[in-house]
Amino acid sequence: MNREAAISLLIAAGLLAAPLLGNAFDEPFVITLATKVAILGLAGTGLNIALGYGGMVSLGHAAFFGLGGYVAGILASHALNYEPLFTAPLLVEGTTQMLIIWPVAIVVSGVAALVIGALSLRTTGVFFIMITLAFAQMVYYFAISWPAYGGEDGLSIYIRSEFPGLNTLNPLHFFAICYVLLILAIGFSFLLSQSRFGLALGGARQNAQRLATVGISPFRVKLTAFVISGMMAGLAGALYADLNRFVSPSMLSWHTSGEIMVFVILGGTRRLFGPAAGAALYIVLENTLGDVSEHWLLLLGALLVALVLFARGGVIGILAGQTRHA
Amino acid sequence: MPEPILQTEKLSKRFGAVVASDAVTLDLVAGEIHALIGPNGAGKSTVIKQVAGEIRQDSGSIRFAGRDIGRLDMVARARLGLARTFQVSSIAPEFSALQNVMLAVQSVERKTFRFLKPARSDTSLKEQAMSHLVRLLLDDRAEIRAGDLSHGEKRALEIAIALALRPKAFLLDEPMAGMGPENTAKLIEILDGLRTEAPILLVEHDMDAVFALADRISVIVYGRIIASGTPEQIRANEEVRRAYLGDEGHDGAA
Repeated sequence: MNREAAISLLIAAGLLAAPLLGNAFDEPFVITLATKVAILGLAGTGLNIALGYGGMVSLGHAAFFGLGGYVAGILASHALNYEPLFTAPLLVEGTTQMLIIWPVAIVVSGVAALVIGALSLRTTGVFFIMITLAFAQMVYYFAISWPAYGGEDGLSIYIRSEFPGLNTLNPLHFFAICYVLLILAIGFSFLLSQSRFGLALGGARQNAQRLATVGISPFRVKLTAFVISGMMAGLAGALYADLNRFVSPSMLSWHTSGEIMVFVILGGTRRLFGPAAGAALYIVLENTLGDVSEHWLLLLGALLVALVLFARGGVIGILAGQTRHA
Repeated sequence: MPEPILQTEKLSKRFGAVVASDAVTLDLVAGEIHALIGPNGAGKSTVIKQVAGEIRQDSGSIRFAGRDIGRLDMVARARLGLARTFQVSSIAPEFSALQNVMLAVQSVERKTFRFLKPARSDTSLKEQAMSHLVRLLLDDRAEIRAGDLSHGEKRALEIAIALALRPKAFLLDEPMAGMGPENTAKLIEILDGLRTEAPILLVEHDMDAVFALADRISVIVYGRIIASGTPEQIRANEEVRRAYLGDEGHDGAA
């Protein structure tokens, strides 16, 4: 086993141990924080497919994260208020079943990623960053100005949605759901990166002209990866809404996009456990330094600059003894 | 003469006031190496780029394997069987040499959108890729990061990738550029064997290589083909001597 695999295992074990210890020592807040790490790590794992493996610097992933959140919020609020979503042409009711909410969230964010990706991928570099940002801001302002689902005030979910066989109101149970989904997403990313598609995606990142010359369309490959990436972010958003029992436009804001990107860069791009490690580090810093000074982000900024300048492989890269990209 | 595999008809391209291609008409028939020579900036690469689909001609047509490809993009033309190499090596630098060739193999198999099965455990994919590296004498460099290969090895890798496409025609843009005499000799031998698989449109500055390999030579000056014929005819052509080869014959060119 190489060092990165060992570190990955350690992170997975640590993230599992934290809420169990929190439970044992009667510190429920620790469970909430660990759940948040798992969910944000999942969003970062999604972005890592676009940003890390595909080299697409998207500053618009909040759109997919937020859409997933709104899907969860809207479906649940309709179910809880006994108001059908549609009555014509056919009756569509809301639901509080996670097993229905997740696929809907994944499909909605996937379609959004398909549209945004298809338009954005006609550009590269800084234009790509700006256009993904612009699309996300469009969704953000749409949510603010649409009063039906709370507008600027957001939308509350009175009771966390349900999962068969588990009590989602029990923080440990809900953590378990999020943790398993995170591990599944990381496992999927691993398979993807090793597959024929992963090879083509790496080719598109390194040299799109080379890929086109062998007859594989870089656009199609990148767009597919962008959609998968957006779907994962959407699933994470649905979980995040259930964690907070609240959805608001802030989930869609560019600030959220930036945070997800920070997780990936902190942990290390193209490192399987990088986004989870980055999210963990971010949340630990927020809850330790954040208590000392409200200017903790200044320190985070310095840390980011240092990482980007001296350790492109992020925290995982440092721990694995490689400061270059793998 | 058999039906040409590739045929350009009055291909023209302007960049502002510069005429890069001026009604270029040429063809490529099975089994031959057709060399395109001319001074720097004469528009040789521009012809390759238009045939490959990297740039769009202003006017004129390109026929390949029995169809008009003038409006297709690079990806579509590659899929029809046009394999191209670049004047400046274009590879995926972080991948191994083998992975670079695997990309081409999986493209030909039309099996790129496979998401879960690891490519490295796909023995048929690896073996096919390896067989092309063997032909270019790169098999012992298969696991080396492509970006770390020597200049000559990168040139050879590009040809291995082109070979993996099982093309109907090769477009080689200065494959010998920057190579030492020993590697050039090796490459001449390899290209010589390649023509039976698919004809080669060869842009090359190394006149010894051109006259050793070419069945036909076209000379392009200021975007216009001034002469076309067998190596002997070209060598004897007065206009070519004046414009390009120089009075002392082909030895002083390049």
